[in-house]
Amino acid sequence: MRGSRFIVVVGCGRLGSSLANQLSRAGHAVVVIDWDESTFGSLSQDFSGFRVNGDATHLAVLKESKLGKADILIATTHEDNVNVMVAQVAREIFQVPHVLARVFDPKREEVYSRLGIDTICPTTVATGMFLDAALKKPADGRENS
Amino acid sequence: MRVIIVGGGKTLYFLCRSFTAKGHHVSIISPDREECVQLARQLPATVIHGDGSDSGILKEAGSLDADALLAITQNDHDNLVICQLGSLKFGIPKILALANDPDNTEVFEKLGVASFSTANIVGSLIEQRAAMEQITNLLPVSDGRVIVTEILVAENSPITGRLLKDADLPGNALIAVIVRDNKPIIPSGTDHVLAGDRIVLITLPENHGPTLKMFTDETD
Repeated sequence: MRGSRFIVVVGCGRLGSSLANQLSRAGHAVVVIDWDESTFGSLSQDFSGFRVNGDATHLAVLKESKLGKADILIATTHEDNVNVMVAQVAREIFQVPHVLARVFDPKREEVYSRLGIDTICPTTVATGMFLDAALKKPADGRENS
Repeated sequence: MRVIIVGGGKTLYFLCRSFTAKGHHVSIISPDREECVQLARQLPATVIHGDGSDSGILKEAGSLDADALLAITQNDHDNLVICQLGSLKFGIPKILALANDPDNTEVFEKLGVASFSTANIVGSLIEQRAAMEQITNLLPVSDGRVIVTEILVAENSPITGRLLKDADLPGNALIAVIVRDNKPIIPSGTDHVLAGDRIVLITLPENHGPTLKMFTDETD
């Protein structure tokens, strides 16, 4: 398929599995890593990627996932420090061109950006969306001067 | 020296006890409230309950004027992030992370964080046991930062019969004296090392093991 990418997703929770399902459905080659095998149950029936059961902070697990060949890595575990470590290892050691990490604590984004990691913080994103929804489109049409 | 140690368990307790006994000022960060209470009772140290990878907690522990930061938690990812925060955000001059997984010593190195692995250290100690029998004197000086060793040169050691200038010793190691037939020689590059010589060696702890291997039997 044209534009098909090799994508490694770390963490198969709600976000990780949802990303993996959609990326796989869009025709990309996907590897999902999680230390808890039971989380793979949330992958959909038509998920055509690979599942790797192991701790992504161990180099051996990342090698097994063929991270060296990946175009993109997305770190989605529920531990900020795991995501940040895996993201740095992917970029510095496996030379993955595009690396993204989820970070829960908005206070930490500043330090992570100093480390050169692209992060997405759900709290910051949701805050922005709520503010937009609440302030930019007054639902009942009452105007504030 | 002002030292911050993040972690828990017996290692942290004994490390901290030894640092405070030497007169260093120690701040401990532990995520376990119960342990914090115990440590605060037992040690003359500042004890802070919290997540060491949170910059607010690190600041509270005195990161702005700390001389050294040691991260020895059970999780390598936490140790890495704690040390990176300490050096990037607070500019702490000396940082050191425990790599629980020995593979991670290399990873941490590449990410700019100095680290050590207890598994590697214990492993090399056991390997050095072969050399122990030849060592007749071992003296740590300067608080253990320098080791002076007196060692008997084995018959088939890599260095036997070689000129000192061609000896290929690891860096930061020095052959200070050769004692041959009870006569001490302060050697130069054109002296040989012979089997049966007694050598007084000066090494740093990190290259002590590899240096000793130069004097022990290759076939062991």
